[in-house]
Amino acid sequence: MTSALVLDAALVLLVLDLAIWITAARSAYGAVVGFVAYGLVMALIWVRLAAVDVALTEAALGSGLTGLLLLGAAARLAPYESAETASGPGRALRLLIGLLCAAVVAGLAAVVLLLPDPAPTLAPKVAENLPPTGVLNPVTGVLLAHRAIDTLLETVVLVPALIGVWSLALDPGWSGRPGSLTPLRTGGPLTLLAQVLPPFGILVAIHLVWVGADDPGGKFQGATVLAAMWVLVLVAGLRRPPCVTSRPLRLVLVFGPLLFIAIGVAGIWLADAFLAYPEGYAKPLILAIEAALTISVAAVLGLLIAGQPTGEPQSGHRSGARP
Amino acid sequence: MGLGLWGLICHPGALRKILAFNVLGSGVFLLFGAIARRGGGALSAAGTGADSDPVPQALAITGLVVAFAATAIAVALLKRLAEAAGRSTLEGPEPPAH
Repeated sequence: MTSALVLDAALVLLVLDLAIWITAARSAYGAVVGFVAYGLVMALIWVRLAAVDVALTEAALGSGLTGLLLLGAAARLAPYESAETASGPGRALRLLIGLLCAAVVAGLAAVVLLLPDPAPTLAPKVAENLPPTGVLNPVTGVLLAHRAIDTLLETVVLVPALIGVWSLALDPGWSGRPGSLTPLRTGGPLTLLAQVLPPFGILVAIHLVWVGADDPGGKFQGATVLAAMWVLVLVAGLRRPPCVTSRPLRLVLVFGPLLFIAIGVAGIWLADAFLAYPEGYAKPLILAIEAALTISVAAVLGLLIAGQPTGEPQSGHRSGARP
Repeated sequence: MGLGLWGLICHPGALRKILAFNVLGSGVFLLFGAIARRGGGALSAAGTGADSDPVPQALAITGLVVAFAATAIAVALLKRLAEAAGRSTLEGPEPPAH
């Protein structure tokens, strides 16, 4: 018991340390590097909290992809950084804000520590209703069966986010390819990595999605690994990002959410409620949704990192209708 | 969480604000996780092998994905602001309309 306590205490200290580093680092680049490390330690803390699915998602999305996004932004914004430190609240004001923040945290900590014991929980309800869904991982059961509407909204929200990023393009760049990942040099170890790693990455992603039914895993983690492989290939210059006006790309993006919605609507006839699964078909339907969503979500995540379209319009990809 | 909140309010550079917002967000999710763990004992008694209430876990996963999407848009907006107005803070003159 004590070794677990020591490990927990070490993790908490490490996380607090990293958070202080992120807040106080002199350059944005240093802060982002600290953020990636922070995300990884967070993933370990999630494992200690017995939430392995969340740990996988945090490590992949929260630390990995978000870190990649922020590193790119820090590099792009480096010329403007010296002007930043000039403006900003003065010393006394910062101290006051710090005290107020500490008060907020103390209040929240008090609330958590004073929660009733035994804690109110939905865990027994989930345990009862899990067997009809056919999956053994309760988190997957909650995500895709009990609270499927939340997951549907979550995947659907990714598409407007992508539209938002694309809409920031300048007018002449609209029908071009996303420009934030232009490779700086080709050849060398990066190209080798981008040639060797993706097949393994794809295998790992498929395994994560398949195994997510019964063990920790699932489509967001698998989709993030797929997106990471795609971004690696793009950054190494082995492939160019697709044109944003291409029809096949847009089909891939919306196919997953549309399938989810279609199954949901079909549930109205077959099982009396939106997103209810008919008896006995729950597991195959859940697997179908997961597979389709993995591909769509991977495409959206990769494109969110690739940024808005820039550069010359490609004559072969002009579609007649205005987007 | 407190450090994230402080950084969000105090840092003049918008990228540091986005970073601080992410730190704040992950702190909130951790709070969820702690509450989930407290409610989890019942599941392990029921024998399904998990040790933590799955509903807050599902909420935390959903939150992580949405936070990533929000960060992506925020970063894209920040890059456009830097291109259009030549600065990366939120105060200052308005950029010219495009």
